Amino acid sequence: MSAAKEMNMEHAVAVCTSDKVQAGVGVAALVNGKQVAIFRLRDGSLHGVSNFDPFSQANVLSRGITGSLQGRAVVASPVYKQHFDLLTGACLEDESVTIATFAVIERDGEVLVIVD
Amino acid sequence: MSHKQRVVVIGNGMVGHKFLEQLVEDSAGFAELEVTVLAEEPRAAYDRVYLSAYFSGKTAEDLSLVKGNFFADSGVFLHLNTKAVAIDRELKQVTVASGEVVAYDKLVLATGSFPFVPPLPGKDREHCLVYRTIEDLEAIQAGAAVSKVGVVVGGGLLGLEAAKALRDLGLETHVVEFAPRLMAVQVDDGGGRVLRRKIEALGVHVHTGKNTQEIVDGKSARHAMNFADGSSLETDLILFSAGIRPRDELARQCGLVMGERGAIVINDQCQTSDPDIYAIGECALWSGRIYGLVAPGYQMAQVAADHIMGKTESAFRGADMSTKLKLMGIDVASIGDAHAATPGSLAYTYVDEAAEIYKKLVVSADKTKLLGAILIGEAEAYGTLLQLMLNEMTLPANPESFILPESAGGAPALGADALPDTAQICSCNSVSKGMICSTIAAGTCDLGELKALTKAGTSCGGCTALVGQILKSELAKQGIEVKKDLCEHFAYSRQELFHLIKVEKITTFDELLEKHGTGEGCDICKPTTASILASTWNEYILKPSHAGLQDTNDYFLGNLQKDGTYSVVPRMPAGEVTPDGLIAVGSVAKKYGLYTKITGGQRVDLFGARVEQLPLIWEELIAAGFETGHAYGKSLRTVKSCVGSTWCRYGVGDSVGLAVRLENRYKGLRSPHKIKFGVSGCTRECAEAQSKDIGVIATERGWNLYVCGNGGMRPRHAELFASDLDEATLVQYIDRVLMFYVRTADRLQRTSVWRENLEGGLDYLKQVVIENSLGLADELEKDMQAVADTYQCEWKTTVETPELRARFNSFINAADVPDDNIVFVEERGQIRPATPAEKAVDRIATVSL
Ligand code: SRM
Ligand SMILES: Cc1cc2nc3c(=O)[nH]c(=O)nc-3n(C[C@H](O)[C@H](O)[C@H](O)COP(=O)(O)OP(=O)(O)OC[C@H]3O[C@@H](n4cnc5c(N)ncnc54)[C@H](O)[C@@H]3O)c2cc1C
Ligand code: SF4
Ligand code: FES
Repeated sequence: MSAAKEMNMEHAVAVCTSDKVQAGVGVAALVNGKQVAIFRLRDGSLHGVSNFDPFSQANVLSRGITGSLQGRAVVASPVYKQHFDLLTGACLEDESVTIATFAVIERDGEVLVIVD
Repeated sequence: MSHKQRVVVIGNGMVGHKFLEQLVEDSAGFAELEVTVLAEEPRAAYDRVYLSAYFSGKTAEDLSLVKGNFFADSGVFLHLNTKAVAIDRELKQVTVASGEVVAYDKLVLATGSFPFVPPLPGKDREHCLVYRTIEDLEAIQAGAAVSKVGVVVGGGLLGLEAAKALRDLGLETHVVEFAPRLMAVQVDDGGGRVLRRKIEALGVHVHTGKNTQEIVDGKSARHAMNFADGSSLETDLILFSAGIRPRDELARQCGLVMGERGAIVINDQCQTSDPDIYAIGECALWSGRIYGLVAPGYQMAQVAADHIMGKTESAFRGADMSTKLKLMGIDVASIGDAHAATPGSLAYTYVDEAAEIYKKLVVSADKTKLLGAILIGEAEAYGTLLQLMLNEMTLPANPESFILPESAGGAPALGADALPDTAQICSCNSVSKGMICSTIAAGTCDLGELKALTKAGTSCGGCTALVGQILKSELAKQGIEVKKDLCEHFAYSRQELFHLIKVEKITTFDELLEKHGTGEGCDICKPTTASILASTWNEYILKPSHAGLQDTNDYFLGNLQKDGTYSVVPRMPAGEVTPDGLIAVGSVAKKYGLYTKITGGQRVDLFGARVEQLPLIWEELIAAGFETGHAYGKSLRTVKSCVGSTWCRYGVGDSVGLAVRLENRYKGLRSPHKIKFGVSGCTRECAEAQSKDIGVIATERGWNLYVCGNGGMRPRHAELFASDLDEATLVQYIDRVLMFYVRTADRLQRTSVWRENLEGGLDYLKQVVIENSLGLADELEKDMQAVADTYQCEWKTTVETPELRARFNSFINAADVPDDNIVFVEERGQIRPATPAEKAVDRIATVSL
């Protein structure tokens, strides 16, 4: 294993088995004290964003509905329905707002969140 | 370097504040300005038009016109409690009450007006008040608390509004008017008579033709008002509403040109006789007129802001004073020359004394142009008539059809197409039809975008329907059919999707998306599909293929609250609950530390449950015999009932029994929007059934069925659908009406709006349901029966299935760790979510298990 990969592994936190994250149904994970909302899309890809919704100031984004808007993968906040880009964290309705994103990978039947 | 241009505004009322918003809007121009506001009142601008709402529970904050951190963000300096006392035009400075001076380059007077109090002996006695500011309302409230009788002096628009306020405060209320009729300015004798009868029916005593001479000590009450005709009236509180007078004292003092009877003379650019001083709103006099309404003031604000920023083409050219309002629930509208003062003008009147409706049209001598109108009791024609007059459109051959009832061949509303481009569609924001059309021509095909770009419909909202009609008709002209597509993933309306799902027997979202859609789906099409699937096949909504489609409320089977917790509402059919049931609900609430409240739907709501607590709470409620109340679903909510013939001495039908049976039949029915029922035991209607989607009222011979009522944002009375039904027929009709609604309504459309958009109206619905004109009746009933037969309590299924319960873990990797951002504080002996400021300070933990 290369040094770089070893580094990565040190920062990868396993949160659950792969079957726990179903397409279109978000889950929340507690990673080093941070709340991360994890989603799987229909193509199988995994995405992580902060669970904190800056508009309602509540930890709820994992409970949003996922989807696509003009080609961008998004989650809609369940509170006031703003959409956040799952890749960049940008809010589609308000350019001045961006939420943190996290890389989420799958290895040996487990879902891992990369933290740095 | 030249300093920024200093703009000083005196007065932060409705118009003064609009002026500030207009300045800030043009960010380039605004960057060159330094703006200071001197405001006499202790708070920033608020909505005087809705002032009366203060009595029905709106707070000063609710009424505020200040959006977000307007002053902090824009850098406009606002000085509250700061009255301007003098203007020095030579030195260009304003002196305020404390003695400080403020220099200006441009000065804007937006000082509004004050209520006129006739100079009567005794006018300054205790509890003799006026109605203009929040402080006035506080004084009225305090006065009413120690009074039994209240008199409003003045029977104009504002006086009648004040009378309603006094009546709502529980006072025996009188209106005293000098003129021989109410609302003398806006309506004529005939209209005044109908209006008077209506107002008296509301329990307000009306005295016209009364000239008050003095106010002295009363015998049975605090004051006695003595009138010129020798009569007198005893009262504890007096409210003067005898007109307004412009606040022009500053202008007078510094020598600006004034009108003969006061007010500050302005030109078309809203400049006073000193070109560096502007006057806008109620203090201004344009072309000999004072405008006591907010819309013309807003136009002046726009013009003055434009002019100061160098946009010199902008001009004020007068404004229309037509008004439509709801006074004590009565529609009253007055348009143009309501008194037929134009030489040669002709009038048509329609009076229905039984229904208390009065309508009058004033037309030109040759009957081709509308000059004015009065509508009392029913003002639906207002929009059409106003446009006809403003645009000087040619009238049809039989103008009377505009005021005749529909049954006598009344005219349909004027189509948007008939309006000329100059027609002013949005009077709040001065938007013409031409401006709307050119924005559509430039490529806008969405109502939201159209409103954002033109600002039409963004203030009072009264013009939104018309803006929508114009959009539709313009797009149709361009050959674009107004898209009813649900969203970018489906080129179908909800009705079309319903049909596809039913006919092709589609049972999952994935299947629907593959066959008929594109992309990933979204938060519009997923819940809509989930709802259609549930209405059609009624499977458990959290089945793996459906779970990800549900809005959070349906996913967690609770209502999401602002802090991320959920509420819990057990079903209590018809509001009936046993003492043991109440004790069980109370014990659960106590155990989990939940906030409890009786809802408007006759049941108990428990707030503040964290996701991981929900299955535990429901397990206990189910053990105590409760079921889910579907408070979270677009589905049947509650069937409200009154106590009915079992206990009530007037009841003629067992309203509770019927309500329980109806609630149990339709519970769990997923529909385009929520559905509410009401059942009353007699015509006194204690269950308010006529404000519900389905209303039932007992008669001596059975049940009357009312349909498509609504409370909420836009109340609508339900309409009588059928009378004296036996229970079997009643249920049959309800089955058919509701299933027809479920099949054909738009997403999130309540039955009221659905009914209003139903071509053919109530008659058509009766044909479909009662006469079976579409031959659908059996199918509709069968579908409803299938839903009833497959009912399950979603919470029962959930708590009994371990893998389903796991969905409620707070974290996928830490099942029971509570979200530490959920913090409660105590208020009135119960919890409530902490505010962000409180969260930062002290944390009171919830009862955690
Ligand atoms: C809890 C309750 C207020 C209360 O404390 O009494 C309530 C609370 C909410 N109402 Fe309501 N409404 C409640 C009775 C009503 C009533 C009165 C009634 O049902 O008799 C009305 C007017 C009647 C009507 O609907 O015609 C009412 C008209 C609304 C509306 C406006 C609907 C409309 O068509 O105009 C909304 C917004 C919406 O649904 O889009 C709404 C939406 C809401 C929501 C769901 C807003 C939200 O999305 O968070 C509130 C949260 C519910 C919750 O449990 O957290 N609520 N709401 C009442 C629950 C009744 C129940 O037992 O289920
Ligand atoms: C109960 C009620 C109901 C109404 N209903 C309607 C309606 O349905 N439709 C409609 O169109 N209109 C209605 N109006 C009228 C509408 O409110 C006014 O037309 C509008 O408020 C005028 O705005 P303005 O800014 O000119 O005056 P205001 O809103 O009165 O603002 C003037 C402000 O200037 C301040 N001021 C005055 N002198 C000084 C000074 N020397 N120094 C500092 N500050 C000063 C005052 O304290 C006040 O805050 C209603 C009014 C009332 C009271
Ligand atoms: S509606 Fe009729 S039966 Fe019901 S409580 Fe009122 S008076 Fe009694
Ligand atoms: S007329 Fe008030 S928003 Fe258009």
